[in-house]
Amino acid sequence: MVEWSFLIIEFLIKALIILTLILLIAAAFGVYLERKISAFIQNRIGPNRVGPFGILQPFADVIKLFLKEDITPYAADKFFHRIAPVISLGVAFSVYAVIPFADPFKYGDKLIYFSITTPDVNIGILFILALTSVGVYGITFAGWSSNNKYSLLGGLRSSAQMISYELSMGLSIVGVLLVAQTLSLQEIVQKQALWNWNIFYQPLGFIVFLVSAFAETNRAPFDLPEAEPELVGGYNTEYSGMKFGMFFLAEYANMFTSSLIIVLLFFGGWNLPIPPEWIGLEPGSFWLSLIQFCILIFKTLLMVFFFIWVRWSVPRFRYDQLMYLGWKVLLPLALINLIVTSIVIYILK
Amino acid sequence: MNRIENTEHQRLTFWEKLYLPEIAKGLGITLRQMFKPKFTRQYPEERWEPTGSYRGRPVLVLDEDGERCVACGLCSRVCPALAIEVQAAETEREKERYPEKFEINMLRCIFCGFCEEVCPEEAIVMSKDYELVFTNREDGILGKDKLLVPIHKLQDRLEFLREYK
Repeated sequence: MVEWSFLIIEFLIKALIILTLILLIAAAFGVYLERKISAFIQNRIGPNRVGPFGILQPFADVIKLFLKEDITPYAADKFFHRIAPVISLGVAFSVYAVIPFADPFKYGDKLIYFSITTPDVNIGILFILALTSVGVYGITFAGWSSNNKYSLLGGLRSSAQMISYELSMGLSIVGVLLVAQTLSLQEIVQKQALWNWNIFYQPLGFIVFLVSAFAETNRAPFDLPEAEPELVGGYNTEYSGMKFGMFFLAEYANMFTSSLIIVLLFFGGWNLPIPPEWIGLEPGSFWLSLIQFCILIFKTLLMVFFFIWVRWSVPRFRYDQLMYLGWKVLLPLALINLIVTSIVIYILK
Repeated sequence: MNRIENTEHQRLTFWEKLYLPEIAKGLGITLRQMFKPKFTRQYPEERWEPTGSYRGRPVLVLDEDGERCVACGLCSRVCPALAIEVQAAETEREKERYPEKFEINMLRCIFCGFCEEVCPEEAIVMSKDYELVFTNREDGILGKDKLLVPIHKLQDRLEFLREYK
C-alpha cells in the first residue's frame, strides 16, 4: 500500500513538472520563437513590447484568446465541435507520457526515471506512433463538425495527408529499430552514446522521417489543411477564442514532439558529446540527469528552429505534388532503406 | 505530332528534381536575411520626420505681425471635399480683412493641397503633422486656435512651395 501511494505521488509530481515545462517550452516559447524568427527572416524585429525582448508575448496572446467570445456556428454539430480541440491538444500532450528525457538517477536506493511513467515503457515508440495518428481525428472532427466547406476540405486533406505519410514515417523508423534492436526509447538513446548517432547509420531514413514529420505536424511546406489562400483558415475557420487557441497550442506541441522524437531517434538524444566522467559526473547522479535533460532540450530547440526556418523559406506544395511525394518518392525510399538496412545487418551478424 | 511540350518535368535538371539541394539553397537565402539590418521603425520612440514635399494637416501661417489670411475665401471655394469654412470680418489694421471664423473639417479633408495652391497670400499651407487622432466627431473640426502655427515651424514647406509651385 505504501509502495503504491509513493508511486502515485511520484507519478503526479513528475507529470506536473514535465507537462508544465513542456507547455512553457513547447507552446509558449515555440510561439515566441516562431514570431521572432519569421520577423528576422523578413527583416523585421518581431514582438518586443511585452516583457524583455517581448518574451511574455505568448502569455498576452493566451489571455487575449481567453477573453474572446467563443462562437459555435448555428449549423455546427455542437458535440464534435466542442470535443475536437480537446482531442487535438489532449493527444498532443499525452505523447509525453512515454518520452524519457534523461537517464534514470538514484535517489537513496530508489531509481527515479526522468519520464512521466515509471519504469520506462518498453514499446514507447509504438505508443507515440499510435497517438500521433489519433491526433488527426481532432482536425478531421473540427473540419467536419463546423459544417463549412472550407473546414471540411481542410479536415479531408489532413486525413489524406496523414494516411499517405504515416506509412513512410513508420517504415523509416523500422530502420532505426533494426539498428537499435529495441522498441524502448531509453535503450535506443543509450545505444547512441557519445557520437554514435543513428543519423550516420540511417541518413536516408532520417531524410524520409524528417519530411514525413513535417507532413504529420501539418507544418509548411505541407500545411495544406490550413492553407490560408485557398481554404480561408482550413479546419479551424469556424473556431474562435480559446478553442482556436487549443488548436494553435496543439500545433506547437506537435512540432515540439516531432523535434523531440527526431532528436531521440537520430541525434543521440540526451547523450553528452564527451564521456560524463571527464567533467566529474558519475552515472546515476541527479546532476548528470539534469545536464542530459538540458542537452536534450537544447537539441530539440535547434530542431524546432529548423522547423520554423523551413516554414518561412519554402512555399506550400500543391495537393498532387504532396501525394506524388508521399506515395511515389518517400514510400519507395523508405522501403529501399529498410531492405538495405536489413541486408547489411544480416551480413554483419 | 507537332506538339511542343514544356512540362515541369522537362524543364528541371536532375539536381532540381531532387528538391533537397534547391531547398537548402532557399534556406541559405533566408538565413542570410536573418543577419541583415532591420527595416522596422520603433514608432512612438522613433518618429519619421517628413520632408518639405509632405502634405500633412493643413494649417494657417502665423507671421511676425499676426495671421496672413485675408479671408478671401478662395480655399473654401476650391476645396473639393467642402472641408473649409471661412467667415470674413474687418479691422482697422493695414490688412483690412481677417477671418472671423476659419474651420477645417478633418473628417472631410482629403489632403489634396488645393487650398495651399490657390492661396494668394501663402497663408494656408500643408504641415508635416501626420498624427491626426481625435476621439469624437466634434474634435475633428479644427478652429482657428488649433490651425494657427508660427511660421518658423513651416519653413521647409514654404521653401518647397517657392521652388516648385
